[in-house]
Amino acid sequence: MASYRTPLSRARGLGSAKHGVGHWIGERVGAVALIPLTIWAVYAVMRLAALDYYGAVEWISTPLNMTLMVLTLAISFWHMHSGLRVVVEDYIHKTLTKTGLLLLNLFVCGLAGALAVFSVLKVALGGA
Amino acid sequence: MAEIRLPKNSRVTPGKHWPAPQGAGKVKTFKVYRYDPDSGQNPRWDTYDVDVSQCGPMVLDVLIHIKNTIDPTLTFRRSCREGICGSCAMNIAGRNTLACTHGHEECPGDKVSISPLPHMPVVKDLIPDLTLFYAQYASVEPWLKTETPEPQKEWAQSPQDREKLDGLYECILCACCSTSCPSYWWNQEKYLGPAALLHAYRWIIDSRDEATGERLDELEDPFKLYRCHTIMNCAQVCPKGLNPAKAIAEVKKMLVERVV
Repeated sequence: MASYRTPLSRARGLGSAKHGVGHWIGERVGAVALIPLTIWAVYAVMRLAALDYYGAVEWISTPLNMTLMVLTLAISFWHMHSGLRVVVEDYIHKTLTKTGLLLLNLFVCGLAGALAVFSVLKVALGGA
Repeated sequence: MAEIRLPKNSRVTPGKHWPAPQGAGKVKTFKVYRYDPDSGQNPRWDTYDVDVSQCGPMVLDVLIHIKNTIDPTLTFRRSCREGICGSCAMNIAGRNTLACTHGHEECPGDKVSISPLPHMPVVKDLIPDLTLFYAQYASVEPWLKTETPEPQKEWAQSPQDREKLDGLYECILCACCSTSCPSYWWNQEKYLGPAALLHAYRWIIDSRDEATGERLDELEDPFKLYRCHTIMNCAQVCPKGLNPAKAIAEVKKMLVERVV
């Protein structure tokens, strides 16, 4: 069917959403935060691998280790969600598929992140 | 959805071969995209063996030679033949550029492919439909906006402020950059593309303009601006040596400056 919309009307589309800078800053802040956290996480994994279960629980129970572990996991999943969201927006154009995938991304990242964080807290706060 | 294969009626089939004339000097083969909307047939690749000793050094010279002496049905746009009008932008040997400033000697391999600018509707042969591209340019309102009453003489601008427009004002809107950008391929209905964004920045950074904030407002959008993922194809192909990606990065920096 021929469309009689003018080219300018097409170019303007639905207008500016007047947001986006927050997401852009968030991606970068998350990335920067993950640099030291990931280096620490590599150290943490090596440290934990050398310990038995009770030693590991004791190690993760210290406030600093527990906090850093929770932050690493939470920010990783949040960052993963931001990145995957862009992939979906770039390549998927059918409204229903796009909405479905955006929700799936949010729920899977949210669930995995929450599960990871609460697992650490359970072990760390539960005691040996 | 990003499509891996072209739609059925867009798939390019092998076409005619036009051998070089007897006693030709230096022969070079050009594989040219042909599409005739009136024929109802799929586009095809025609190959022309051209005696390049008979024509000028540029790819545009070769195309004109083909049209004049081999196949008058070949259709393409051209005007200034010196890289200032932007009419002859096309994809040559896999890279968007201007046929008039690109030497055929510069093209690697012995078979040079020539096709219209990628991912645009094709009007005929090497002519893409740039209607949306031009409308996107118009949508950034590329003119001086002021509220202060006009001065008796011209709007004054310091040489330093004028320098900020260098690398921006030279854009000839040939569309090489936008049509080389994957983000523009997948989302051209929503993403403005590097050319329009470079022009938007040209007015945002103009010291005489009084609508900087409104212009930034209009660009702050997950699609209009933020589909740019700094892929840099735009800067790679620009036949004028400009860097649209840098202009877009400057816009993103200004949006951050507004909130931080």
